[in-house]
Amino acid sequence: MMTKDPILKVEHLSMRFGGLMAINDLSFEAYRGDITALIGPNGAGKTTVFNCITGFYKPTMGMITMRQQGGKEFLLERMSDFEVTRDAKVARTFQNIRLFSGLTVLENLLVAQHNKLMLASGYTILGLLGFPTYKKAAAQSIEQAKYWLDKANLTDRADDPAGDLPYGAQRRLEIARAMCTGPEFLCLDEPAAGLNPRESLALNELLRSIRKDTGTSILLIEHDMSVVMEISDHVVVLEYGQKISDGNPEHVKNDPKVIAAYLGVEDDEVEEVIEEIEIIAETAPGDTH
Amino acid sequence: MEYFVQQLVNGLTLGSIYGLIAIGYTMVYGIIGMVNFAHGDIFMLGGFAALIVYLLLVSLFGGVPIALALFIMILVAMVMTGLWNWVIEKMAYRPLRGSFRLAPLITAIGMSIALSNFIQVTQGPRNKPIPSMVSSVYEVFGISISLKQIIIVLVTAVLLTIFWYIVNHTPLGRAQRATEQDRKMAALLGIDVDKTISITFVMGAALAAVAGTMYLMYYGVIVFTDGFTPGVKAFTAAVLGGIGSLPGAVLGGLMIGLIESLWSAYFTIDYKDVATFSILAVVLIFKPSGILGRPEVEKV
Repeated sequence: MMTKDPILKVEHLSMRFGGLMAINDLSFEAYRGDITALIGPNGAGKTTVFNCITGFYKPTMGMITMRQQGGKEFLLERMSDFEVTRDAKVARTFQNIRLFSGLTVLENLLVAQHNKLMLASGYTILGLLGFPTYKKAAAQSIEQAKYWLDKANLTDRADDPAGDLPYGAQRRLEIARAMCTGPEFLCLDEPAAGLNPRESLALNELLRSIRKDTGTSILLIEHDMSVVMEISDHVVVLEYGQKISDGNPEHVKNDPKVIAAYLGVEDDEVEEVIEEIEIIAETAPGDTH
Repeated sequence: MEYFVQQLVNGLTLGSIYGLIAIGYTMVYGIIGMVNFAHGDIFMLGGFAALIVYLLLVSLFGGVPIALALFIMILVAMVMTGLWNWVIEKMAYRPLRGSFRLAPLITAIGMSIALSNFIQVTQGPRNKPIPSMVSSVYEVFGISISLKQIIIVLVTAVLLTIFWYIVNHTPLGRAQRATEQDRKMAALLGIDVDKTISITFVMGAALAAVAGTMYLMYYGVIVFTDGFTPGVKAFTAAVLGGIGSLPGAVLGGLMIGLIESLWSAYFTIDYKDVATFSILAVVLIFKPSGILGRPEVEKV
């Protein structure tokens, strides 16, 4: 791997809800240009980490640093939700789809470019008077939207209400919308959840092209191991709010702690489990990807 | 027949004023789901702002051309009232936004009382008259249409077009509609939700101020209690048209205006409010979300 340049640094992050320690002293890094996967059993605290990164929750303790391309640093835990997107350039999607279902597909993508357009329209006034700078900015943002419509394969549905799209298309639109905010770091919460195999392939395609064409780094939560192993460069595994493994997919896949966490065994049984798995792997070769 | 058309004209004028106020109710309800009961008093405040501007103009410059005077009155009233509503939203409503639903509602009622008492104390409890500004009346096919009425309908139409355009075709309007549907998600796309809500309050107040100015010009008199009845009527108009819907607010306003003037013309004037609210009740039984309202969409 190339020189590791961290874009997001999470240090000693803890989040407590009453008596529940949802995240306990978690530290990890996501590297620029990588697709980092955050995995772990249900209730491990993955979505809580996302909520802390994007300003939804104020962490009880810890520091989250976003380092932009130019070297500018932002302490995300101190920013409110809209500033995280507007200034730090971190975008996210949710586990459940949250499109503006009453707005058209195109409008969903334009809303994401709000700040740019608002500035160009002189807070609406210059826009109303038809200033050329605004017209140019409006045309540009439509171009940008069209680019992502094309990427997400939604061009022919541009003027339909977003709520009318099929599920897989809504997922892709959500990612396209997040990309329209011009992020350097994109957080995706279970993007493949509920997708059929074909839609899942289209999604992988979209994520790969995002990384390749825009250089945006991605952090994703995913349950579908085939997706994780196929597209991620770096995997962080959580269990009960703590990190139990961190490394490339190959490393994580073979980490006894990860296996134990997923199969739910006690620590002293780990050795046994590993042996069993090795036996299985030998008898069924070609199954590992 | 001429009598009927005459009443139609009167009703349209009145309805335009209600419609302008109703937009403020409907926009605020749309974006934060709160009924801003102080909005009627914001309208009254706009009327007083216009009155003060007029008196200042007359005492400073003597005679001012009526068109110019009206223009300045509307402009200053819009700015002043917008500022008032901006401060009210920031101080009284925003701190309660995360609280339970009734809290801002009660605060709004309190704000309404505070505003009307404030005007009573500072401007006095008596009717404030204004000399007739525009008195030309035109006879068209036996119907008398006053210049006042033409101005009111025209100004309303122009402003509605502008606001409709803003909401549907500008980045600001898109942000407002997005915030209306999912506030959290809008914030995550980098939209400053608090600012968007503030702007919505200012826009509603500006329209109410125009309505206040028109009301002052039409009736030639204003008093501190004037926020209440037109406020309730405009709220009724917003509900009748479908609260949350911009064209609905205007349609509701026009309907209420027409019902009132037609009822007063053919039946007893004393029962005109009874008639208005009975019709509201009947419409809501058959169309609970109002005439143009969308059925309540479940929010996640």
